[in-house]
Amino acid sequence: MTLAWREAINAFKRAPMLSALSITTIAFSLFAFGLFGLVALNIRQALTQIEERVEVRAFLGDGTAPEASAAALGDIQAFPEVASATLITSRQALDRARKELGEFNDIFDAALLPASIDIQLKPGFRDPTHVRAVAARIRTYDFVEDVRFGEEWVEKLHQIRNASTLAGLALGLTFAIVAVIIIGSTIRMAVLARVREIAIMRLVGATDGFVRRPFLIEGALKGAMGGLLALLLTWLANEIVGRVAFEAAFFDIRLSIAGIFAGALIGLGGSAFSVGRHLRDL
Amino acid sequence: MIRFTRVRKEYPRTGVALQDVSFFVNKGEFVFLTGPSGAGKSTILKLIFADELPTAGEVKVANVSSATLQRRDVASLRRKLGIIFQDFRLLEDRNVEANVAFALEVTGAPRALIGPRVAKLLAQVGLASQGRAYPRELSGGEQQRVAIARALANDPVAIVADEPTGNLDDRATRGVFQLLRDINATGTAVMMATHDLELVKRSNCRTLELNDGTLVFDSAEQMPGADTP
Repeated sequence: MTLAWREAINAFKRAPMLSALSITTIAFSLFAFGLFGLVALNIRQALTQIEERVEVRAFLGDGTAPEASAAALGDIQAFPEVASATLITSRQALDRARKELGEFNDIFDAALLPASIDIQLKPGFRDPTHVRAVAARIRTYDFVEDVRFGEEWVEKLHQIRNASTLAGLALGLTFAIVAVIIIGSTIRMAVLARVREIAIMRLVGATDGFVRRPFLIEGALKGAMGGLLALLLTWLANEIVGRVAFEAAFFDIRLSIAGIFAGALIGLGGSAFSVGRHLRDL
Repeated sequence: MIRFTRVRKEYPRTGVALQDVSFFVNKGEFVFLTGPSGAGKSTILKLIFADELPTAGEVKVANVSSATLQRRDVASLRRKLGIIFQDFRLLEDRNVEANVAFALEVTGAPRALIGPRVAKLLAQVGLASQGRAYPRELSGGEQQRVAIARALANDPVAIVADEPTGNLDDRATRGVFQLLRDINATGTAVMMATHDLELVKRSNCRTLELNDGTLVFDSAEQMPGADTP
């Protein structure tokens, strides 16, 4: 083990209370960020689920030749925005309507409902601009009488998504800045607690790099431990919500590791800043 | 080895600390730096180990000039010096061995060499049996010996001591001073700031006296054939 690692680990042993305090502070500031992240993740997933229901429905005119509608179906399926397209005959439309309407299922006549092509769009193409473009292209078929996609609803959903993304970014950034400030101050405290040691190190001929290395390792370790603890706390919170309220989605393994890594990175950055500033003062 | 040429040091708040100070210390010399509090003794020592830079003039230590000194050169300059303070400046949470080893570790000395070197240094300062003790368990004189052992760790060309006996009783003062003389006898220059005029008189070493930031007396200039470059 190199001297820098030994010094970093010894720092935990020499000041266990201060180290525990640092890790807990880092953990709680990342926990707040994690909770926010969890809320954002669940809102995003809910919106994605709602968006999956965005659908373009092209109603076909009476007497459209089956060959024509089959050819159009093939064309539409080949659109880059289209995930799937299904031909719904009048009969199928009636069955579906009856199923959806339950006790009022006898109000339809077989001849009342037109055949249609129902089109699902790929993720990323469910915004009003793309939906409108697909609808416009479908309207060019002369046997297509009408194209419906719930324009207002798609518009509103898009607005909600945009607003939630913006709010998410602003809040996320605020939480992240708060976390960085708190973690930076915590690590500065650790540096200040060892001012005397740093001064002695420099007196006996330690280079700035030598002085800095153990602090950077210590900061990164504290950050990673804080990140891990924050992840555990977030998971616990998620479990509690799951038991008393509703099942919510949790970060996948990639995001979890990214969270711990971010903790380490913030710890490293905070240490680099604090030690750098202190060394400049010497 | 240590050369001050028309050195002036000014602090923004307290004003002039040294003015027009010039002197030269040869290899292996023992030099006392005396004068009342605030005369500039500590400033001279700080200029030697590059804790401060002169406002004007030049300080040259072991061929390193303050005029060209970069921040990155400070560490290597300090490895050529051993620095001792009145308050010992030991790491309280490390034992004696670790305190001495620390000075070797920062230079990247191989671990296999550190143990034997520390043992040798502790024997040299008369603390061979105290390696496992912590600074708080030692007397002032013993703590200063640990600081001296640490200062010797990298075979310095000079020891710079700022009131090393200032916190010690007579007996410990004599012990520490004798240790510094022994070190000096092996060829290491020693520059020691002190208030203890009795010690200065008894020792018959070269003395530089400062008053109000000015060098007012250099005993070497009183002697025929004195060392002047």
